[in-house]
Amino acid sequence: MELVNIFIRSAFIENMVLAYFLGMCSFLAVSKSVKTATGLGLAVVFMLSVTAPLNWLINNYLLVKGSFAWISPALAEVDLTFLQFILFIAVIASMVQLLEMIMERFFPPLYSALGIFLPLITVNCAILGGSLFMIERQLSLDESVVYGVGSGFGFLLAIVALAAIREKLRYSNVPAPLRGLGIAFIITGLMGLAFMSFAGITL
Amino acid sequence: MSTQLQPAPTLLSKKQKKLLSDPIGDNNPITIQVLGICSALAITTQLRTSLVMAISVIFVVACSNVAISLIRKGIPERIRMIVQLMVVAGLVVLVDQFLKAFAYDISRQLSVYIGLIITNCIVMGRLEAFALSNRPWDAFLDGIGNGIGYGAILMVVAFFRELFGAGTLFGYQVVPQAFYDAGYRNNGIMLTPSAAMFLIGIIIWIHRARKPKLIDIS
Repeated sequence: MELVNIFIRSAFIENMVLAYFLGMCSFLAVSKSVKTATGLGLAVVFMLSVTAPLNWLINNYLLVKGSFAWISPALAEVDLTFLQFILFIAVIASMVQLLEMIMERFFPPLYSALGIFLPLITVNCAILGGSLFMIERQLSLDESVVYGVGSGFGFLLAIVALAAIREKLRYSNVPAPLRGLGIAFIITGLMGLAFMSFAGITL
Repeated sequence: MSTQLQPAPTLLSKKQKKLLSDPIGDNNPITIQVLGICSALAITTQLRTSLVMAISVIFVVACSNVAISLIRKGIPERIRMIVQLMVVAGLVVLVDQFLKAFAYDISRQLSVYIGLIITNCIVMGRLEAFALSNRPWDAFLDGIGNGIGYGAILMVVAFFRELFGAGTLFGYQVVPQAFYDAGYRNNGIMLTPSAAMFLIGIIIWIHRARKPKLIDIS
């Protein structure tokens, strides 16, 4: 039950994009058509659900104070948490490379469908943000898996919804200076307001 | 590399001044290049946190631009992303540790967003687009310019959000008590992330209305 709750919270109430503004760059840049948006969304779901538990393991077995106590008691005081950022981003960057190679070898159709979005994901703030939020909220390992999947799903939902709205928007008469980027910002704001109505829901 | 002769080396040539001033107006990283919106908007509810964020970003962009520009000829093409990320991450760790030591409560308020400077698209964007093909001093100016352009938007957004959302500026009460007695209320919507999106949307609108050549035709 607790896990379902975390999933709902991370996907809707604390939606990465609409509540925290993470992954905004790719969110705005790649939401021009539903097809590409779905591709990017799926890649993000995958990366978040892999990197969140991986970074959890790294944090808890390598970085946290006392994680080296099993080698010798003298190392029990070592606290490497200041290396978090560097290690997390290294994990993410190398996972992206790895994922790219695996997909190219075994799932060529999926690889060509995701194409350029894979390398882009390295600098998607939602991925690093997912890992950092997971540490800040002190989740356990299974919770962090669910958290990763949930927030990835939230991202997918948001980007597909925005892409669908922007496709329809081509037929409407937006003031010229507001066209493109400006109206995308305002729509995202309105979607954020709509998502606020999920606040307070618990299962 | 341009083949033209460089003008006599003064501190700032005309081209270099342009590097510094362009990103503040015509080529603003947020409103025109759409970079670095990611981590910025959640922290603009207060001017103070935005100021700290802006200074941190200026520092990181400028320093990483210089560092990458210095080693640009030695970076293998295939792994340049990882090299760039490592340089940026190192600088962000510096900023993070510095804030934790000297401004702990602000560092608490900024929570994960300092860490997210690493994936701030401005930093990566400028490294890819500029530092990899230019000399360190130019790259430094470009970094400073883009950092300031980013910070300026941040401050404008934060100004409106803090003024209308909480009635304060830099934490000092500016809306007089008499207003509240007469029935004035703080606008709660300004404190939600959505307000930041609306404000930036409006800034883009004004900016493009005044400079018609920037209008997005697609």
